[in-house]
Amino acid sequence: MSTPTNPQNPENLPDEAFSEHAENEIELKDVAGLSQSQIVRRRFFRHKGAMAGLVALIAVIVLAITSVGLGPIPGWWKWDGSPGDVERPGGAPTMTMPSWLGGAGFHIGDHPLGQDEIGRDVFANVMKGTQTSLMVMFAIGIVSCLLGVLIGALSGFFRGRTDTALMRFTDLVITVPTIVIGAVIGKMTGHLDPWIFAVALGAVLWTSLARLVRGEFLSLREREFVDAARVAGASNTRIIFKHILPNAIGVIIVSTTLLMSSAVLLETALSYLGFGVQSPDVSLGLLISNYQSSFNTRPWLFWWPGVFIVILALTVNFIGDGLRDAFDPRQKRIPSVRKMEKAKRAQRAVPTPSTSPGTSPAGGTGPA
Amino acid sequence: MLTFLVRRLVAGVVTLFVSMFLMYLLVNRAIDPLADLRESTAANKQQLIALRIQQLDLHTNVVIRFFRWFGGVLHGDLGIAWRSKQPVSDLLAHAIGSTLQLVTAATFLALVLGVAVGIVSALRQYSSFDYLIIFLSFLLYSLPSFWIAVLLKQWGAIGFNDFLKDPTIAWPTIAVISVIFGVLWMLAIGGTRQRRLQTLGLAFAATFALFAYLQLSDWWLEPQISLLLVVLLGAGSAFAIVAIFAGLHNRRALYAALTTVVVGAVLYYPMHTVFSNLTSSGSMNNWVAAGFGLLAVVVGVVIGRLFGGPDWGLSARCAGFTALIVSAMIYVNEIMRVWPPYFRALGGRPIPTFGDSTPDLGGNYWVTVLDALTHLVLPSITLILVAFAAYTRYSRSSMLEVMSQDYIRTARAKGLPERVVVVRHGFRNTLIPLATIVPIDVITLIGGAVITEAVFARPGMGQLFVQSLQGAEINPVMAYLLVTAALAIIANIVADLIYAAVDPRIRLDA
Repeated sequence: MSTPTNPQNPENLPDEAFSEHAENEIELKDVAGLSQSQIVRRRFFRHKGAMAGLVALIAVIVLAITSVGLGPIPGWWKWDGSPGDVERPGGAPTMTMPSWLGGAGFHIGDHPLGQDEIGRDVFANVMKGTQTSLMVMFAIGIVSCLLGVLIGALSGFFRGRTDTALMRFTDLVITVPTIVIGAVIGKMTGHLDPWIFAVALGAVLWTSLARLVRGEFLSLREREFVDAARVAGASNTRIIFKHILPNAIGVIIVSTTLLMSSAVLLETALSYLGFGVQSPDVSLGLLISNYQSSFNTRPWLFWWPGVFIVILALTVNFIGDGLRDAFDPRQKRIPSVRKMEKAKRAQRAVPTPSTSPGTSPAGGTGPA
Repeated sequence: MLTFLVRRLVAGVVTLFVSMFLMYLLVNRAIDPLADLRESTAANKQQLIALRIQQLDLHTNVVIRFFRWFGGVLHGDLGIAWRSKQPVSDLLAHAIGSTLQLVTAATFLALVLGVAVGIVSALRQYSSFDYLIIFLSFLLYSLPSFWIAVLLKQWGAIGFNDFLKDPTIAWPTIAVISVIFGVLWMLAIGGTRQRRLQTLGLAFAATFALFAYLQLSDWWLEPQISLLLVVLLGAGSAFAIVAIFAGLHNRRALYAALTTVVVGAVLYYPMHTVFSNLTSSGSMNNWVAAGFGLLAVVVGVVIGRLFGGPDWGLSARCAGFTALIVSAMIYVNEIMRVWPPYFRALGGRPIPTFGDSTPDLGGNYWVTVLDALTHLVLPSITLILVAFAAYTRYSRSSMLEVMSQDYIRTARAKGLPERVVVVRHGFRNTLIPLATIVPIDVITLIGGAVITEAVFARPGMGQLFVQSLQGAEINPVMAYLLVTAALAIIANIVADLIYAAVDPRIRLDA
C-alpha cells in the first residue's frame, strides 16, 4: 500500500495501464476511511441480487407468520387450513388475472390459491408449510454453524492429536446418510417433531463447514497478530474468540448461508420421500408428495408449494452470493465498460488533481 | 506417496467399521420387522410373530447380530433380504447397474455443458450473457428435484408423446425458437455491433434450417442421421474442434480432421452391413460398440500422425476427437433405425415415465439400447438440470480466478493469440479444481440419485435403500450403506491423489 504514486501524466500512459489506474482510484475513493465491517456492509447493500433476495425473503417471512399466525397467536387469514366446504367446482382457485393479462379483472376471492378435495385452503396450508421450512432452515443453519465452527476451530487451532481425532470423527459423520436420520428419529420419538428433525439434521450437516473453518484456523494461527497476542499473554480462548474467529467470519457466514439454502431443499426432499416432517405437521415437501397424483385434476395443489420452495431457496442463494462478494477482499467491483469509458473521457478532458504529483492521497497505488 | 495411501486406507477401513457398527444400531432402531404382524388379525398371530423372531434372530443382542453380519461380509456374504428371500448381492448388482447407467450419462452431459457454458460466461464477465447464466444457474440450483421430476413426467413425457401423434410444429413457433437461439448465440459470442448482427443472422438461419429439415423430412417419426448429415455435422465439428484446440491456421490439423470425416463417410454404408451381420449372429453388445469407437479413435490418430509435421500430436488429437464424434453419429443412426418398429410396439407413446426397461419387449441389441435410452431421457434431464447449475458455477468462478493470474498476463504479454491464452493456459488450469470435485460427485451419485429414482421408479441403488428401509429389511439397507460409505471414503482419497497429480505443488506425504 505504500508504493509511491506514479507521477505520470495520464495522457502519456498506455490505454490499459490508464484504465487500471482509474479503476484503482475509483476503488480507493470508494472505501477511504471505512472500517472492514462498514466496507462489507456497503458492498452487500450495493449488491442488487442480494438486496432483491433479502427483500423477497423478508416479505415471505412476514407473510408466512402474519397470515396464519404463529403457534397459538391467530393471524389475519380467515382459514386455518382445516377441511371445509368446497366453494368452486374441484376447489379451483378464486384468484383471477387482471384484465391486461387476459383475465376477468383482478380479484382475490375466498380461496385465492384454491382448495383441495376436502376443502382445505391451499394458501393457509402453504403458509404453514413455509413456516415449517423456514424454521427448519434456521434451526439447521444455527446448529450446524455452531457445531462446525466449534469442531473446526478446535481442530485447526490445537492441531496434533485433537485435530486427528476430530477429523476422523468428521469422516465418520460424513458417511451417515441424511435419510437414515429422519427414519431413526421418527421411529424413536414415535412422531417426528419438526424441531427435533431440524436439530438432528443440523447435527450431521456441519461437516463441510468444520473442514472449511479448520483450514482457515490452520492458516490464521500462523499469522503475526496471533504471535503478538500470545506474547502479550492472551489465553487460548481469547486468541480464538478475539483474534482468529473475527478473521474467519466471512467464510463462516457465507457457507452457513449456502448450507441453509440447501437445507430447504433437503428438508422438503426428505419430507417428500416420507422420511421427514409428517402429518399433521405441514411441510412444503409433504404437500407436494400428497398432491402429486392430482396434478392433472387439481394442478394448483402441486404448483404453489413448489413455487414457495423455489422462492425460499433462490432468495437465500442470492443472499449467500452477495455475502460472498461482500466478504471477498480480492473481489473488485469492476465498473461496466460504459462507466469506464465515461470516467476515462472525463479524466482526459480535465487532468484531475488525484493523478498529478503531490496532491494524490498517500495510499494511492501506481499502475501495477 | 505409498505411506500416505496406506495410512489413509487404514484410517478409512477403521472409519468404515465404526460407521457400520453405528449404522447397524441406528437402522435396527429405525425399522420394525414385526409391524405388519402386530396389526394382523390372523388367528395364529402369536405363532407368526414367534416364527419371524426366530427367523430374523431378533432375540439375539443387536451387537452380536452386527458381528455375525460383519463376519459374513468379510467372507463376501451380504446376507439375504428376508421378504423376497433373494441374496442381497444379486439385488445390489442389479441396482448398481441401473444406477450406473443413469449417472454416467447424466454426469458426462452435465459436465460438458456446464464447463463450456461456465467458461464462456467467465470470459464474457459482466455481459448480459453472464448475468443470464448466473441467474439461470441460481434458479436451477434452487429447484427441488422431486418437483421438477414430477413436472417433467407430466409435461415432458406426456406432452412429447402427444406431440408425436401429429409431429408438426407451426412455422411461427419455429421462427420464435430460431430467434431465441439466435439471440443466445449473439449474446454468447458478442463483439462489435456488426459481428453481433452477423451471429444473430447466422444462428437464426442455421436453427431455422435445422427445424425445417426435421419437419419436412418427417424426422420425428423416422429419425435418422443420413450420409449428408454425417458429412455436414462431421465437417462442422471438425472445424469447431480445430478452431478451438489448434487454430484454423494449422492446416495440417484441419486437413487431418476433415480426412477423418471423409473416412467416416466412406465407411457409413459398410458399417451398417457390419452391424447387421453382427446383430444377426447375436454377437453385438456394448463392448463391441465401445471397441468400434476405440478403433475409430485409433484410425483418427493414425490419420493425424500421417499428416505429420512438427506438431503431429495436436493433429492426431484433433483427428481422434473428430473420429469419435463421427463414429458416435454412425452408431446413433444405427439405433435410430429401430425407432419406427419400437414406436409402433409401444403404441405411439415411446417416452416412458417409470422403470428402466419395458418388460417383455424382446427384440435385438438395438431395440434394447433404444429402450434403455428412452427410459433414461427424463431422469437424466432431471439430474442434468441440477448438476449443470453446479458445474457452471464451479467452472465460471474457477475460470475467473485463473484468468486474473499473473501467468495469464505473462502469456498475453509475450504475444500469444487469445485462443492459446484461453485454451492452453486458462482452460487447462480451470480443470484442476474440477478434477477434485467431479470424482466425489460421481461416486456420491452411485449411492443413488435417491429422489430421481423414487419419482421415476427406477430400480437403482436409491430405490433399493428406500424400499428396504420401508420394508424393514436390514440386510439390503446395510449393504447399501456399506457400499456408499466405502465409496465416500475412496472418493476422498481419490480426490487427494488427483489433486497431487494435477498440481505438483501439493505434496501428499509432507
